[in-house]
Amino acid sequence: MIELENVYKIYRMGDSEVHALDGVSLKIEAGEWVAIVGPSGSGKSTLMNVIGCLDQPTSGSYKLDGVEVARMSDRELARVRNRKIGFVFQTFNLLPRTTALANVELPLVYAGARDRRQRAIAALERVGLGDRLHHRPNELSGGQQQRVAIARALVTNPAIILADEPTGNLDSKSGAEIMELFHRLHTEQGLTIVMVTHDPDIAAQCERVVHIRDGKIIGDERNGDRRRVPGIAEHLATPAILVPEPVATGATL
Amino acid sequence: MTIIESIRIALVSLSANKLRSALTMLGIIIGVAAVIALMGVGRGAQQAIDRQINSMGTNLIFVSPGAVNQGGVRSSQGSAQTLTYDDAVALATSGLSAVAAVAPEVRTFGQAVYMGNNVNTQIVGVTPEYETVRNYRVQAGEFINAGNVTARSTVAVIGANIVTTLFNGEDPIGQTIRINNVGFKVIGVLEAKGGGGFGNQDDQILVPLTTVNARLQRGNFRGSNLVSQISVQATDAGQINLAIQQVSELLRERHKIRFEDDFTVRSQQDLLSTANQITGVLTLFLGGVAGISLLVGGIGIMNIMLVSVTERTREIGIRKAIGATRNNILAQFLTEATVLSICGGLIGIAAGAVIARIISSAPIGGTLVLNSVVGMDSILLATLFATAVGLFFGIYPAYRAASLNPIDALRYE
Repeated sequence: MIELENVYKIYRMGDSEVHALDGVSLKIEAGEWVAIVGPSGSGKSTLMNVIGCLDQPTSGSYKLDGVEVARMSDRELARVRNRKIGFVFQTFNLLPRTTALANVELPLVYAGARDRRQRAIAALERVGLGDRLHHRPNELSGGQQQRVAIARALVTNPAIILADEPTGNLDSKSGAEIMELFHRLHTEQGLTIVMVTHDPDIAAQCERVVHIRDGKIIGDERNGDRRRVPGIAEHLATPAILVPEPVATGATL
Repeated sequence: MTIIESIRIALVSLSANKLRSALTMLGIIIGVAAVIALMGVGRGAQQAIDRQINSMGTNLIFVSPGAVNQGGVRSSQGSAQTLTYDDAVALATSGLSAVAAVAPEVRTFGQAVYMGNNVNTQIVGVTPEYETVRNYRVQAGEFINAGNVTARSTVAVIGANIVTTLFNGEDPIGQTIRINNVGFKVIGVLEAKGGGGFGNQDDQILVPLTTVNARLQRGNFRGSNLVSQISVQATDAGQINLAIQQVSELLRERHKIRFEDDFTVRSQQDLLSTANQITGVLTLFLGGVAGISLLVGGIGIMNIMLVSVTERTREIGIRKAIGATRNNILAQFLTEATVLSICGGLIGIAAGAVIARIISSAPIGGTLVLNSVVGMDSILLATLFATAVGLFFGIYPAYRAASLNPIDALRYE
């Protein structure tokens, strides 16, 4: 589904060149839950932006569902961001002075959807905020704001959720709640989730961890498949699944 | 995304910054109000002048003496002494088909005295036809009759303003006023015509034409039968051109002219169009001055929109990340600018109409009433102009917003 091949992203700062991405090749299949881990300045956010079609690589090929992103027009890119990808940011990035409901409706406005209100309400109910529809961001806690952001990412039924340090600005309790929410979305709906983080505990909860440093992928390991398998759904839905298995996560950090 | 959706988004963002939106709008409000009010005043002036010209009578042609051309030196219009009372009589009696009535007049200035009061004013020598041709109405007493003209009687019909200046409201009929030391018996008072400016028709004193030439004129004019102007009334509006032709031919024949006319013929329409030209320029000038303030208002919109784009860089980034296209962002900011300017325009139209009304109610110079006219066309023009200003000055900030890179926009603090 996501296919990067030899992707470079080079920024020019005065005379020197910064290789934010230095020949990255990565393949992510539908339904995977991938953590991209690396220290700050390692290029993980740039990689995220490229995957999210917010940024274009300097060279190399990025195919999304088999379509070369570099050949897409501004309109097509906007459509991809609207329909295929849902963003969740570290700083939530909700529109201030706008109710939760209006924030969640916004992607549907740009999509030109009809039953916007119902769909937005449904999305907010899915993240457990059915009783906070008309609250503005400054009337919500950080965890609640992030859940509004997740509802906004979900409302157009995208195939991929891109989350950039989604728990970075939250206390550990709300952070755990948000992670639980991601688990549920992943297991129940088979959403592909790509999550940037520098927190080993968070990475440990993902199925696959990609380590990146200085714009290069230096490690790619699997924690085991947590996708929902028919028949053992009940077992997988238990909180026990949230306990990370003893794997060598974070060792490279 | 529909237009209604864009407008809704624009209204939400504008109401988030109410004071700033209101101040921005104020620039447009003042501009549009000034355009509406000043154009209304200009129109009012035009109509006032039109009314005055039309009050002179209907279907009129004015014949006046031409310029003296002596040894190649041409004096001013009307300086020639070529038009006589006999010409007027001939015009009236030659059976010209397009001519309904002829009213010659001779004008001079004189000092009128009654008791302790005096006034320097225009003395007009007229014949009985003057009353109907020039559309005068006698309010009290009677107009000059044919007998007065033949007898060179010392009788006078005075304008409405003279009654107040000379008689302090006392009944003037039958009283004697002295004009240039000649006693005149007041036989009538004219109804006020209104109007103002030069040669106010209510400030005149009318006396028999022959009396002016015999007793009031000085120097060469004394005892002559020259006239200052002959007003000719055409049988109807369609006959005016024919009347001009007939009058000119007859006068050329009488004056034995082969090359250049020694008289000029102008129709009332000529006067009207000249006056309209002047007031048109005036209106345009006023509108232009007001237009400048509208332009300044537009620059204010641009300024605020640019600030707003910078301030909301992050918002633009978020919108782009969740699927807004360049055009969506462009439309959003353009709509904001246009909503600002249209709202400002509508308020401005209302304010302008109120100002125009206030100006109307204030009397300007005597009896002249300036009924400013706020026409549908100036309202339409102002609305269109305001919208255009919003679009024009909104395009650049909107373009800046639309071309922001979503990454940079999201990182913006």
